[in-house]
Amino acid sequence: MEKQLALQLRGITKRFGRVVANNHVDLDVNRGEILAILGENGCGKTTLMNMIAGIYFPDEGHIYVDGQEVVIRSPKDAFDHRIGMIHQHFKLVDLFTAAENIVLGVHEEGRYNLKEVNQRVTEIAGKYGFHIDPRKKIYDMSVSEKQTVEIIKVLYRGADILILDEPTAVLTPQEIDKLFDVLRRMRADGKSIIIITHKLHEVLDVSDRVAILRRGEHIATVNTAETNESQLTEMMVGEKVSLDIERNDPVDAAPRLEVMHLNLHNAEGLHVLRDVTFTANGGEILGIAGIAGSGQRELLEAIAGLQPQMEGDVIFHNPKKDKPVTFFHKSMKRVRELGAQGMFHDQNMKPVSFDGMSTAEIRKWVESGNVLFKEDEIIDLRDKTPLEIRQLGVRLSFVPEDRLGMGLVGSMGITDNMMLRSYRKGPAGFLDRKKPRELAEEIIRELKVNTPGVNSPVRRLSGGNVQKVLVGREIAFTPKVLMAAYPVRGLDINSSYTIYHLLNKQKESGVAVIFVGEDLDVLLALSDRILVMNSGAVTGIVDARHATKEEIGLLMTKTDRARKEEA
Amino acid sequence: MNMWLNFLIDSLAFGATFMYGSTGEILTEKAGHLNLGIPGIMCMGGAGGCLVLNAIGKSGLPGFLIVILGVLGALALSMLCGLIYSFLTVTLRANQNVTGLALTTFGGGLMKVIMSKMDATVYLVGPKMLYRWPFAGRQDSLQCLGVLFFLAVIVALAASWVLFRTKVGLHLRAVGENPATADAVGINVTKYKYAATCIGSGIAGLGGFYYIIDYMASQEAYLSLEAFGWLSIALVIFALWRPHLTIIGSTVFGFLFSASSFITNISWIRVTMATKPILQMLPYVVTILVLVVTSVRNKRENQPPQSLGLPYFREER
Repeated sequence: MEKQLALQLRGITKRFGRVVANNHVDLDVNRGEILAILGENGCGKTTLMNMIAGIYFPDEGHIYVDGQEVVIRSPKDAFDHRIGMIHQHFKLVDLFTAAENIVLGVHEEGRYNLKEVNQRVTEIAGKYGFHIDPRKKIYDMSVSEKQTVEIIKVLYRGADILILDEPTAVLTPQEIDKLFDVLRRMRADGKSIIIITHKLHEVLDVSDRVAILRRGEHIATVNTAETNESQLTEMMVGEKVSLDIERNDPVDAAPRLEVMHLNLHNAEGLHVLRDVTFTANGGEILGIAGIAGSGQRELLEAIAGLQPQMEGDVIFHNPKKDKPVTFFHKSMKRVRELGAQGMFHDQNMKPVSFDGMSTAEIRKWVESGNVLFKEDEIIDLRDKTPLEIRQLGVRLSFVPEDRLGMGLVGSMGITDNMMLRSYRKGPAGFLDRKKPRELAEEIIRELKVNTPGVNSPVRRLSGGNVQKVLVGREIAFTPKVLMAAYPVRGLDINSSYTIYHLLNKQKESGVAVIFVGEDLDVLLALSDRILVMNSGAVTGIVDARHATKEEIGLLMTKTDRARKEEA
Repeated sequence: MNMWLNFLIDSLAFGATFMYGSTGEILTEKAGHLNLGIPGIMCMGGAGGCLVLNAIGKSGLPGFLIVILGVLGALALSMLCGLIYSFLTVTLRANQNVTGLALTTFGGGLMKVIMSKMDATVYLVGPKMLYRWPFAGRQDSLQCLGVLFFLAVIVALAASWVLFRTKVGLHLRAVGENPATADAVGINVTKYKYAATCIGSGIAGLGGFYYIIDYMASQEAYLSLEAFGWLSIALVIFALWRPHLTIIGSTVFGFLFSASSFITNISWIRVTMATKPILQMLPYVVTILVLVVTSVRNKRENQPPQSLGLPYFREER
């Protein structure tokens, strides 16, 4: 059969501020084919597709549909050219039925008749092998059913070119098989399908051709039949770029945090962490690599005590042997408890007992520095809330990826944000504002935060400065474990290096640093070891000094099934 | 049993005030805007209608024309308030609660200024009989009901029909539930929000007009109007965001609210000036009960529109 061009992109360029998201991209899509778009996070896949679907408007370049140049300014324009996109985050009204969602915004002649709509929905579903009840409400549906509604919504509008943005990310293996069957039927029906993914196995499984994007540029389009996983990975990750990031060898690395058989199901019932086991050492940076949404966020939150449904153990080793006990991170109650358990001894190795002593006497004794730990403290963080973890004296700092959502309060000043960590200190009922203010001033000075003052809302600061405030606060807490999720996302080069430097300093002072990153070059240059996650499971822990990008790329993208087939 | 029937009809007539108010508020809320300016808007509707009547009351125009012009006056001023509210909350994305409360304070005050300057004998005497068509002049309690009462019922039923049986209604509900989704399928979110708010305000304004010149038809009527605006907002919850249920709800509310004056007619219950306000808060107690019941049952259909109170703007990433 003669190949017929459905869609052509010529010289498409899109910039966001100074960042070039797409740089002169050319792309052809034929009728009756499945084209996979492959690339790392942030390589511009979704941006490119959004321009075809009318969400963004290209700065430069031309789009041709069936050989005719078209201008697409809105999703409606896209529909008029028979292009429909199924977004990663579904755009559905929960309260409506499937049919109501499908018919929403369709301008048709004649009276509004839900019965007819229901019938047409069932027809379309039957034609391509979907199973759907048009009368079912969205809030009663599973993720895969919602996706079906989205696909039918696009088909109902008569789309011939369908774009699916990472459709398999939320599906179970069985659902993925079903989806691929449907896609193949649509292909047989002459539709053009563009599927964004970074799972290599799926690309090889379902697509006819693969277009590879890297850093906003179109690298190549190859026939799926003529390629293999390693060639694709190579094109996807590209040449290694050497970055000038300092990295010292770890000194006396000792296990600090042991994560054992961690399992977690999210609210939708998906298995987001699968038997995750690893050890983070003090004095070492452990990088975590993986496609976005492979469970990195859930892992850090589980360790920090924010995922109460998790199963498994998180063991914290506090290197306290023969070190003096302090009240800095422990309450009097906790010190008494540990004393009663015989955890302390004095300088002469005689066991310490607080029996019959008053609070003031204990305080005096402990503060003299003569009460020492007998052993390293070993604490299981399982089923503990963040507050309980802190009260146990575990110094765990977490720099979340959502800086102004989870990390800081955007409308408060730097001082007030410092107090989020220390509001429990000071006399009951009153706040100590002096120390947080001093800390805020110190952070501004030391990290060169560009701000009008300690009390101006942090929301008004630039991304880099917000991140300095957040990291500065977490470091001021003198953590034993520092977890940072995408700490340099959206930061310029200078701010990024400041953050790398801070992480390195923490490592040198013996902190176990866990660094979740997306740029493989940075991970390879900064980390000591790299843990690779894929669909919620650990697919490998490699030595960052010797690993290659391809090696990590393959660990990141191989699906379960591919691994099983190899085994 | 005639007393009970009279009482029911009186409750219906009284309830039409809230029927207008809450039907208007439901339309606005279905577009995702919590309009706390409804009390003020009802006041302005009343003032607008009375202003027109004051001007044409003695002109000798045919009766039906006076009725229509009065209604138009009420619509004009209350829709203007709705337009101000939409401009502030939709276009400028101001906080809906603050804007609404400001409008209520403003509308209530301005109405009192306007009304106190007008001569009640001009805007009241002629119209009352005209509005009571076709029952005007009857001796039984049916004479309480007139065109404006029937209009309230028709508007409530029509609003339900539009909301739940037409495409326009589907689109409007989508805007209130999830404006981003509505926007993505090519629905003009701003247009729907403006239209729903303005039409809703106009309907609410009719409630104020009805209360002053028809139901109460007294010089002091305007002084008590604002309180019924708040009752209308409570009624929205009672009616579970369904305009047709406001017909039942407003009757219940009217019944409960006027129960205090009714009970004074029953010899075996002693009602003093001190207990009357306690009885008058019954509608709010019932609203709280409805809220408790719907929250416990937690049925999605009975919850407020999902993006109620949230401003919408296309995110620019």
